[in-house]
Amino acid sequence: MKTVSVSIVTPDGPVYESDVEMVSTKAASGELGILPGHVPMVAPLAIGAVRLKKDGHTDLVAVSGGFLEVRPDKVTILAQAAENANEIDIDRAIRAKQRAEERLRKQKQSEIDYRRAELALRRALNRINVAQNAR
Amino acid sequence: MASLREIKGRINSTKKTSQITKAMQMVSTSKMSRAEMNAKSFVPYMEKIQEVVGSIAHGTTDAVHPMLIHRPVKKSAYLVITGDRGLVGAYNSNIIRRVNQLLQERHKSKDEYGLITIGRVGRDFYKKQGHNILLEITGLNDHPNFNEVQSITSKTVDMFSDGTYDELYIIYTHYISVIQHDVIVKKVLPLTDIAPAAKPFIYEFEPNVEEILEVLLPQYAESLIFGALLESKASEHASSMMAMKNATDNAMELINTLTISYNRARQAQITQEITEIVAGASALE
Repeated sequence: MKTVSVSIVTPDGPVYESDVEMVSTKAASGELGILPGHVPMVAPLAIGAVRLKKDGHTDLVAVSGGFLEVRPDKVTILAQAAENANEIDIDRAIRAKQRAEERLRKQKQSEIDYRRAELALRRALNRINVAQNAR
Repeated sequence: MASLREIKGRINSTKKTSQITKAMQMVSTSKMSRAEMNAKSFVPYMEKIQEVVGSIAHGTTDAVHPMLIHRPVKKSAYLVITGDRGLVGAYNSNIIRRVNQLLQERHKSKDEYGLITIGRVGRDFYKKQGHNILLEITGLNDHPNFNEVQSITSKTVDMFSDGTYDELYIIYTHYISVIQHDVIVKKVLPLTDIAPAAKPFIYEFEPNVEEILEVLLPQYAESLIFGALLESKASEHASSMMAMKNATDNAMELINTLTISYNRARQAQITQEITEIVAGASALE
């Protein structure tokens, strides 16, 4: 099986590095699947899970924003934050979710605060989803 | 010559000071090695983002983004990274001296620029001098992660986008090694001097170049600031370590000198006592 090397890098260090058979993820414009030998491409990523298929199983990584760079032999994901599914602190994610929901419920707030809370909620939900799917 | 008791007291107090500086040195050493590691783990991210930005900015001619355009400069901003505390040798004063020099060279009045200060020392200094401070951050973690810093970096980048200032320089301490760090002035915005990638790729853009630059460039600018911050932290801890090491060494030297004069004084006292006894004894004969 042909493979492509994938690295997921964040400002706090590399998170994932391996050769995989397929990468699928959610780009800002929709779902995206990448096989080895893909044409060079750059795409911004949405908050979501990156699924990495490898030897019959799938690794999950939660990614918050950033972008994806594809070369025929290498895929690089540059994210502001990323966690392997088994490294996610689920309690923290749940707390973050509750906090964000509370903020969203509050009336009378500036649009920026609202957007920020919404993004926080999306990140928290993403982490929870990824962590639960991996089990 | 000072009395025995006086010298003893000075030796004791110097010893206590040296214990404190020694402890601070060790704390700084461990903080420095972690800060150095943080700075190192950031390197792959920075290299990669630089490569991609370089090949996009130079590979496509139709790439236009407000952050890439040099506009007439009405107001400049300087992001000054200092520490939160003293006892770090010349770390803070080097930065502040360089900034002052820069401001004097480039600007005639205080209205032409604004400062963004990270760190208490810089903020206090510039507030006292009556400079225009756009944004101030103090009490930053010793080992900042990207998440914590993001609110700062994105605010800074936003201020460029909404026209609060037209160019941004960052003044930070570049970490070379434990004993060598240089103050560096770097232009961050607009992003005019992006190095071209070694071998640029022709990319497909999904959905289009504009939207990618929309995501990529702010992220790039934020990374530049974050990288500078990490290096500054490493330099700060290294400076602090060196300063405390010097202090400990000086204290040890002082203790040595004091011990010698203590021994001399003690010997002098003994000699005197003997002389007195001998004199007393010979008076009795």
